[in-house]
Amino acid sequence: MTEINETRLPGVGLRHDFEAISGDKVGVVTHHSGRRYLLIYDDVDPDSVAETAKLTLAEARILGDLLGGATVIERFDDLRQHVHGLALDWLPIGPESRYAGRQLGDTALRTRTGVSIVAIIRGETAIAAPGPDQGLLADDIAVVVGTAEGIDAAAKLLAPGDA
Amino acid sequence: MTFASSPGTATLLVELGAILIALAVLGRLAGRIGVPSIPLYLLVGLAVGEGGFIELVTARDFIEVGAQIGVILLLLLLGLEYTGGELTSALRNHAPSGAVDLVLNFTPGLVLGVLLGWDIRAALLLGGITYISSSGIIARVLDDLGNTGNRETPVVLAILVTEDLVMALYLPLMAGLLIGGGVLDIAAEVTIALIAVCLALGAATYLGGRFSKLAFNLSEENLLLSILGVALFVAGIAEHLQASAAVGAFLVGIALSGPAEAGARQVLGPLRDLFAAMFFVFFGLQINPADLPDALALAAGLAVVTAVTKLATGWWSAKAAGIHWPGRLRAGTTLIARGEFSIVIAGIAVAAGIESGLGPLAAAYVLILAVVGPLLARAADPVAHAISRRTARRAE
Repeated sequence: MTEINETRLPGVGLRHDFEAISGDKVGVVTHHSGRRYLLIYDDVDPDSVAETAKLTLAEARILGDLLGGATVIERFDDLRQHVHGLALDWLPIGPESRYAGRQLGDTALRTRTGVSIVAIIRGETAIAAPGPDQGLLADDIAVVVGTAEGIDAAAKLLAPGDA
Repeated sequence: MTFASSPGTATLLVELGAILIALAVLGRLAGRIGVPSIPLYLLVGLAVGEGGFIELVTARDFIEVGAQIGVILLLLLLGLEYTGGELTSALRNHAPSGAVDLVLNFTPGLVLGVLLGWDIRAALLLGGITYISSSGIIARVLDDLGNTGNRETPVVLAILVTEDLVMALYLPLMAGLLIGGGVLDIAAEVTIALIAVCLALGAATYLGGRFSKLAFNLSEENLLLSILGVALFVAGIAEHLQASAAVGAFLVGIALSGPAEAGARQVLGPLRDLFAAMFFVFFGLQINPADLPDALALAAGLAVVTAVTKLATGWWSAKAAGIHWPGRLRAGTTLIARGEFSIVIAGIAVAAGIESGLGPLAAAYVLILAVVGPLLARAADPVAHAISRRTARRAE
């Protein structure tokens, strides 16, 4: 496994860098603000950065997906198959869902389907382990765990136009 | 030319608006030619102050109050930049660099003050002015030049952190000295001030989390009011206890961490920009431009000497961290810029009225190094390339 160096940059954030097998040196600066700088170090002067790409958090995520997201998804599929009887899924709360604008407790999802909402993804932030009084908004994505049948039922429940 | 002397809000608004417009126009110009805005703000202050082109009538009082808030916000956001843990780890790992920095850069100012036959307190303040680099300008330079990820950058940042810690001790020390009185009075004042700082630093490191949780609120409006309120209140109390308002605000900044810190930085950043600009204008206001030419030669000499000492500081520290010579050159040149905190220290001297020559000297000094410092930092890499090309050719 590649060894990654971590350096604190007081007042700026964190820097991670490593040397690839090819000899190229790359790094990432994570700003306190969430911005990311992608760094490619100079061949001649190893202390200096030859190229910097300044990325917003969303852009950094996209780049991460392009570079390695596929492996994450592959592993996730593995996980799904290995843990027998357990499924994990992302269920979007559409603007037409009757639960948009209501509280999580109102869905009574666990009682009705046996499925738990373990996190809510809202834009760029994730709300982990939400409580029953957590509000749900249109375009939230609920991360759910349960049986495959339970999740099918939950998807119908959260889907638009459910009565 | 003077504006009509009717002391109405209308004049105040016109004057303030005109100043802000001037700052905005100059700021754009500065951005285009790659110069920091601080020296230009000082120039605006000089132009509208005593003996300037235009004299302000009603806006002066407002700017004076704004300037005080500006100092508090500058120090509060400086404290927010670093957590207690970052401060102590920088001190533990980079104490030698910090000591070299202090010795090399405090001494020239102190010595010049003594040579000029100034009051020793004025000489100590001049030492502080030459010692402290501008973390605001340097952060901008690092980002503009794409040097944030460089390997010498942690060295530069660690030096800035130790400088800020030294400030936390230096400011109350000077505040104690400036009150005057007998030797015992001064000793007592200074001891009390220093104990207060140490207690606050300890509390900030160990109790910071609880305080931050209390201060945090999801509403930006409420977060702004909470943190600004606490900072002003603590700064006022600190000023009453003779520990300097700036230090109080700095400690509040250090004590905040986590979401409260991130939120505070976001909501207070624009406010800091506004009031800090007023602070620089106010400092310029207090100085008669007619005094500048006399101070210029002295300031230029001091600037040359302290540019060399900062270069040496950065070079030595980067070398100790195992950085190659081009990186040492970059670290040294990056540290040369002096700015906001030199003006904060000079502002203390001007407010105390101890040495009339100090204000113009400090203004000229910062005007020079705030402009020249970033230019030298920009030149470091081209110079390094030229040198290595020449040595390579000679080797052939």
